[in-house]
Amino acid sequence: MTVTGDFPTTQGTSADAASRRRLLDQDWQKLVRAGGILALGQVFIALSGMPVNFDRRLLIDPILSLGYLSLIWLPLVVSYWVGREQVLEGMTAYARGGRDVLAGAIAGALGNAGLTLLVVGITHFDIRDPLVNWSPQLLAILHFEESVWLGAVIWPVIGAATGALGGGMHCASTRITRTAVIAGLTVFGAAVLESVITDLSQGFHIEAVSDWLYGPKRGLTYPAAIVVAVAAIAVMAGIWAYRDSAMRAGLVGSRQSPAAPGESDRSRTVWRRFISRRLLGYALVIAAVVVLPLFLGRLTNELLANVGLFILLALGLNIIVGLAGILDLGYVAFFAVGGYSVAVLTSPGSPRFSPEMPWFGALFIAMLLAGLVGLFIGAPVIRMRGDYLAVVTLGFGEIIRILLLSDWLSGTFNGAQGITNIPGVEVFGLATVRGFEPRSVLYLVLFFCAIAIYVSWRLENSRIGRAWMAVREDETVAEVMGVDTVSAKLMAFVTGAVLGSFSGAILSAKVGSVFPHSFAIIVSIVILVVVIFGGMGNIPGVIAGAVVLIGVLGGPNQPGLLQEFAEYKILIYGALLVWMMLQRSEGLIPSVRRAQELHIDEMNQDAWLRAQAEADDATGGGGGNSSVGEQP
Amino acid sequence: MSPDTPDANSPSSAQPASAQSEPVLELRRVNTHYGAVHILKDVDLAIYSGELVCLLGGNASGKSTTLKTLLGMLKPTSGEVVLDGEVVNDQPTSYRVARGVTMVPENRRLFKRLTVRENLELGAFLRTDADGIAADMERVFELFPRVKERLNQKSGTLSGGEQQMVAIGRALMANPRVLLMDEPSMGLAPALVQQNFELIQQIHQAGLTVFMVEQNANMALSIADRGWVLQTGRVVLDDTAENLRTHPDLQASYLGTAEQH
Repeated sequence: MTVTGDFPTTQGTSADAASRRRLLDQDWQKLVRAGGILALGQVFIALSGMPVNFDRRLLIDPILSLGYLSLIWLPLVVSYWVGREQVLEGMTAYARGGRDVLAGAIAGALGNAGLTLLVVGITHFDIRDPLVNWSPQLLAILHFEESVWLGAVIWPVIGAATGALGGGMHCASTRITRTAVIAGLTVFGAAVLESVITDLSQGFHIEAVSDWLYGPKRGLTYPAAIVVAVAAIAVMAGIWAYRDSAMRAGLVGSRQSPAAPGESDRSRTVWRRFISRRLLGYALVIAAVVVLPLFLGRLTNELLANVGLFILLALGLNIIVGLAGILDLGYVAFFAVGGYSVAVLTSPGSPRFSPEMPWFGALFIAMLLAGLVGLFIGAPVIRMRGDYLAVVTLGFGEIIRILLLSDWLSGTFNGAQGITNIPGVEVFGLATVRGFEPRSVLYLVLFFCAIAIYVSWRLENSRIGRAWMAVREDETVAEVMGVDTVSAKLMAFVTGAVLGSFSGAILSAKVGSVFPHSFAIIVSIVILVVVIFGGMGNIPGVIAGAVVLIGVLGGPNQPGLLQEFAEYKILIYGALLVWMMLQRSEGLIPSVRRAQELHIDEMNQDAWLRAQAEADDATGGGGGNSSVGEQP
Repeated sequence: MSPDTPDANSPSSAQPASAQSEPVLELRRVNTHYGAVHILKDVDLAIYSGELVCLLGGNASGKSTTLKTLLGMLKPTSGEVVLDGEVVNDQPTSYRVARGVTMVPENRRLFKRLTVRENLELGAFLRTDADGIAADMERVFELFPRVKERLNQKSGTLSGGEQQMVAIGRALMANPRVLLMDEPSMGLAPALVQQNFELIQQIHQAGLTVFMVEQNANMALSIADRGWVLQTGRVVLDDTAENLRTHPDLQASYLGTAEQH
């Protein structure tokens, strides 16, 4: 992989060639297309209601609200994209020079003309009936509560300005661009994460920091925004300086040297260093995870507990989908079984049958029940393959929810009223875990996450893990190899079910009540998205997926870091998933195998290149990077 | 699965087939249905230890069904599948694999996205004797030095010939006594077909009983001891390879032989 990594010389020359083009020598078709896309995007954002809903939420106290930001970010991105130039030899390079600034400005102006049309449209027509946000409030935001004329004229101007900025990013060096982008994102993050940062600073008893950062309307104050930006730039400058010195010391540059006889030795020491670094990293992460909740505020602990619940669910689904390759769209069924079993067994408010067991005893029975339900659902489903299987699991997921809701079983499960009064968890007289103490819930969740991670890891590398691998790759041949495919698939279902029931059981005790609508189909979908987004079949990937999606955006019924976007959560989920599948279909942190299978063509090419390089070496040719770069 | 090393059965079984001893694998008046369709009709065949035998037949004559029935992926509706004198009709595939019957599937069917090593390891899925597995892995490398070179490569990136080697190697990793081969010449270039049949002979000489199912009658009969010809699910010819090759009915009963040298 490293062989094909960097082509500094090639890229440099093609960029130079592109910069020689004249200012007006534009790809007009592409500009118009970009402008059209931008116009559609801007009108969509405006009509989605974000500008109106976010208008009151100030990011930087007097000047910028989240509402206006939602109308400004897209021109930046699109105009940057418009400056992108496809150069010969299959390399993408960025043209540099006035041409890009102009291209960006034109695209931005064309795109924001969409908003002009919207301003004119809202003034003259009323179609609020289908389009809820076709409203005077939106108009007020669009023309800055001034005249319609101003609104109509100013948006293309704003578009041209932001577009010139976006296109102009190609002109600066990569470092400056990156630093600017990161500084911008840091300021945005600091502003949006106001509640969490306040919570954290309370936890660490440094309230002064958050008091100074944020104004009365929750936005960063003017000076605070500048300080945050400067701090981000300073950190980036530090990183660049460190990289430079490391490069000079030959640490980073060494990987570009051609394959030499001593290479295997060197790569081994590099590998060893990597491993020890990784172990150190793990140790630090574990220590942080254990100690940190003590310092975190209620809000952050609550948030992390929700992330943990979804890590548990995602790990369970990962066994079914990622390891055994069975696409289960009804995973919420096991979540529900865990939740309702614990509710019925522990709550004094359970209607028919109320043994009021301790939580751990109820958990044990919930696990057994979930395993049984896994068998029960798995047995008929397992004879199917692919799409059929997915559809049937989808059905079973709904059946469980509808049974819980039904009149027929309302004597036991109380129908839509659900079961309430579920007590907290007594941890052997040592402590009590209750929903209103998020820290205790977080520790309970962390404990079960640790179990789930360990179990997943052991299973993946076990005999049954190999059986799952074989079944996932080719079921018929797996059978020929002597794999008992039916029991392997059932095992996957049962293990996944038990892990899912943990999460349900904790949820019951945390929330104190369960309702059928908490186990709707969207939960299955979100868990699946977490697994796919993070990286199917890979434990760190699944965890990362849960942290990013659930932590940042929030779960189906849980708030995330960006509480502002709660209403647009599913929209953002969808956009992210589409983007992910197009750009990085193996997920955030892919398992090595899946990354390779999805990029099998590139891999074949690599193998071919390597063979070529070896052949060159054999004939006494240069070998290594230079020879590869010259391949036609 | 005995913990014996592979060498244990090689010297003893190198002797020519003897019709007097008990067959290793046998079908006795077997009928198999695919749903409502009657595929195998009263099929009788017996494979003796150390033999290299072939089952010939055109498309849709029931060759693959015979293999699936032998291996337990399909259950016969009547008749008996006998392994070492034991009726195994009700035993699953894993039982038969554990007792030394393995198949090289049609078109090789490697686990394409797994490495060659993982493919070989999955071949030994039912075995627990780590030493024996390691020894068998070495034996596969001896047989196919190319496989060793490609060990950490995805098997899907191998050439057709190399894939065939891995497919046979994977089957050998189960330490089988009887190797079933489904259409070994299918989908291979003519030069590779030749090479492949040489491989089969080599494995056979190393002591394995080989039962192959083929359309390419000339090729198969040139290396086999005996053979059967299957036509619409019925065994129509059952003779030594020599006799089958010259049999006047072979062409009539079986359409796969356009040219004869």
